[in-house]
Amino acid sequence: MSLHKLGLVELHKKFTAGEVTATEIVRAYFLRISQVEPKVKAFVTQTKDAAYQQAEELDHKLKVWRKTHPLTGMPLAVKDNICTDSVPTTCSSRMLQHFVPPYDATVVSKLRSQEYILVGKTNLDEFAMGSSTENSAFGPSRNPWNLHCVPGGSSGGSAAAVAAEECAAALGSDTGGSIRQPAAFCGVVGVKPTYGRVSRYGLIAFASSLDQIGPITRSVPDAAFLLQAIAGHDPMDSTSVDRPVPDYMKALQKRDLKNVRIGVPEEFFAEGIDPEVEQAVRAAIGELKQLGAEVKEIRLPRTDAAVAVYYVIATAEASSNLARFDGVKFGFRAKETKDLLELYMKTRQEGFGPEVKRRIMLGTYVLSAGYYDAYYGKAQAVRTLVCQDFDAAFKEVDLIVTPATPTPAFKLGEKSEDPLQMYLSDIFTISVNLAGLPAIALPCGFSKAGLPIGLQLIGRAFEEDMMLRAAHAYEQSTAWHRQRPSIR
Amino acid sequence: MMFEAVIGVEVHAQLRTNSKMFCGCGTTFGLSANSQTCPVCLGLPGSLPVINRTAIEMAVRAGLALNCMITENNRFARKNYFYPDLPKGYQISQYEDPICQHGWIEVAVGTVTKRVRIRRAHLEEDAGKNVHGTGTAGSRVDLNRAGTPLLEIVTEPDMSSADEVVAYLKGLRDVLMYLDVCDGNMEEGSFRCEPNLSLRPVGQREFGTKVELKNINSFKYVNDAIEYEIKRQTKVLNEGGKIYQETRLWNIDRGETAVMRSKEEAHDYRYFPDPDLVPLQLNEDWIEGFRSSLPELPAVRARRLITEYGLPEYDAGVITASKGMADYFETCLKQFNEPKTVSNWVMGELTRELNNSGIDITASPVSPERLVDLLTMVDKGVISLKVARDIFPDLYRSDKTPQQIVQEKGLTQVSDEGALEKIIDEVLGKNPMQVAQFREGKQQVLGFLVGQVMKVSGGKANPGKVNELLKRKLVV
Repeated sequence: MSLHKLGLVELHKKFTAGEVTATEIVRAYFLRISQVEPKVKAFVTQTKDAAYQQAEELDHKLKVWRKTHPLTGMPLAVKDNICTDSVPTTCSSRMLQHFVPPYDATVVSKLRSQEYILVGKTNLDEFAMGSSTENSAFGPSRNPWNLHCVPGGSSGGSAAAVAAEECAAALGSDTGGSIRQPAAFCGVVGVKPTYGRVSRYGLIAFASSLDQIGPITRSVPDAAFLLQAIAGHDPMDSTSVDRPVPDYMKALQKRDLKNVRIGVPEEFFAEGIDPEVEQAVRAAIGELKQLGAEVKEIRLPRTDAAVAVYYVIATAEASSNLARFDGVKFGFRAKETKDLLELYMKTRQEGFGPEVKRRIMLGTYVLSAGYYDAYYGKAQAVRTLVCQDFDAAFKEVDLIVTPATPTPAFKLGEKSEDPLQMYLSDIFTISVNLAGLPAIALPCGFSKAGLPIGLQLIGRAFEEDMMLRAAHAYEQSTAWHRQRPSIR
Repeated sequence: MMFEAVIGVEVHAQLRTNSKMFCGCGTTFGLSANSQTCPVCLGLPGSLPVINRTAIEMAVRAGLALNCMITENNRFARKNYFYPDLPKGYQISQYEDPICQHGWIEVAVGTVTKRVRIRRAHLEEDAGKNVHGTGTAGSRVDLNRAGTPLLEIVTEPDMSSADEVVAYLKGLRDVLMYLDVCDGNMEEGSFRCEPNLSLRPVGQREFGTKVELKNINSFKYVNDAIEYEIKRQTKVLNEGGKIYQETRLWNIDRGETAVMRSKEEAHDYRYFPDPDLVPLQLNEDWIEGFRSSLPELPAVRARRLITEYGLPEYDAGVITASKGMADYFETCLKQFNEPKTVSNWVMGELTRELNNSGIDITASPVSPERLVDLLTMVDKGVISLKVARDIFPDLYRSDKTPQQIVQEKGLTQVSDEGALEKIIDEVLGKNPMQVAQFREGKQQVLGFLVGQVMKVSGGKANPGKVNELLKRKLVV
């Protein structure tokens, strides 16, 4: 059996048992990459040479002293908006095309201290702004299930790489669904942790109060395994939370859902949802019931406001976060400018793509004198109401189940001319970010066209263990996650 | 028409923390460009700020000393604007609910005590420095200073003259230096002031249009810039002109202010709460702990010097204006308990030398011990007061002890009666007329004769002794 077919946990077991070497793993994965990457285009940068060198060093060291960490020798991909020391980190933007960070993001240094092997940096919508990777300055990635379809976004490269078995697992980032939506589109598992559970230090910020790094994997145990490695308080990130990290793998041991109350918000099954998606998700809810869960209807009445609130808050924060890309200190600088103002204007005009500019302008507008109260202030107030909706719901239930996306993956170019339609593809994931809650997307079926359909489970803040347990129980009772794309 | 000035002041005081406001980099002044930087203060993508606890403590202590209310629930905000010395494209500052609010400080303006209200004091990070024309083409940016903690202290428009503003600034600087939260160095920019000034006809309640003054890095320039601006605005208004809301730079060489930017060019800073920093909750007990451990502040110390040492009010005010001088004074008194003598010397000879050489009293070449040595020699009659004054510059400029200097110059006071009588006889012989006058009852002549004896002795004669001997001889 080819090594690339193994999931993270299986590969880890094989490696620690001494059945494979790190070099064999790296060889298998780069062979796989050479076969499928020209079609999938998941990576911005591949780190083949460094990976081989690292693998050889590891193998050599392990001959002398066989001490391993959970991620030792594991070939992982990292979304290209997460800083990696000495490896280009582009955000799929012309602005950072040649930017090589002098430091590691906290999550990366955690992986590094566990001796993981970086396979490459994955494609995304420029600065994580988008839902299809079509906004990448370096061209879109493809959905391994259908190369004419988008892999979703913004972590589309990570999701596609995992689905196409180009890495054992990957890191993504999720601001409004950027892990879960592409995971659903690519038929893999994606976890957005509770805000503050994983350090944001080194994640190039899109919207600071919403961004969160999380795993994209082929199964729920793989997700638990990788989340374990990156979760925890970081003194370098004031918004990370100092509370103990539970043992996520242990949480998976409970295979039934007795005494688990799961809420179904009817607002998420409203107009606009694809009938095939609704059918698959309703079937999954039936399965959860079979597993012993108590399923009840709940209300999340402010769901319809979430997209509007999100596009005010996220763009406001982005307009400020992206101000540092001014051509002065790092990244792209426009040539032949006659003064400072022109340097700023031409650099940002030429360095940013259209969607990024649209959001910077929107965000600048909503923070402007005279408009702040009507937009940003109001959005913050409604954000509080969205949180209250969830608070009330979680008094009655332990988990909330919804579709991850309203439709399966759409065709390349289908929505790229219509930003509003594109924004609506995140309609089921956005409110979770506004409330800072953990959520997981996992496969729950396929459309007639053979495209994956994703289920979303939302948990209470810092109760990733409960969420993973339920997702695992569901995954164990179904076979969706075992299907792999043929990549044609 | 008669106008009165309405003046408020903004001060940016650099806090004396070892590390920067939001990262671990050092805050030393004058290091080579960009040597004191890290991903956070360079604003590299992905980096995040973490609040410096010591900066918060210093702000709280300053606020308490300025009689402010301390805000318990603090938020930091982003002030957005583009400039090459601002690495993130925004400055982390405070907007709503600054850490210190509604305080006041009392300062002496001449003989009057003036209360200036503090509107707010908030924490923020400093920007870097743009360096222009340093040989190579183009401008460069030095980010060593970027991220250094600043406390911006804003008054109500309570002042109306350059004297009041200077008195306020000196008083404020004293307080911050007393607390050791700011080194007060105006030239290096650790204490920067920006007065804003408007005129209104005497008797009118409404404010006129205000002008902000920048580029003022000494008390003298504060005084000059304000006086210039009052004259300029008075002239404009008297000629029927209009004052525009603008920022004006003080030009040191020309001694005048010139427009830097007008209100039309003013930024919309788009303040909003910084999502990278969670709200900072200050515990009431923690704040009160700082209140009870505040050091004795200048005004209180001055009162104590008056009651404890019987120092005149004027002396107490001058001496406590700087913590360094007050500490110097009290160190001297521990070894030489003559308050008025010490204050005369500290305010007189010592201050004159320090001012001339531009040295702070805390680094004075004449330590309290050496000054006390000198004064003790006078007290014991080893040298006269005049000799002490004469050799003070030597004491200031060398490492020698007063004894060494006196010895080398042969200035030991002559108290030996035999030697003195010889001089006295000589003086009396030369001034028969004055001797006759004295004997006729003209007592004032004695002073003249003492002076003559002192002169002949080269200032070395012990004046008390001379007096005594003279009287004895004349009465006979």
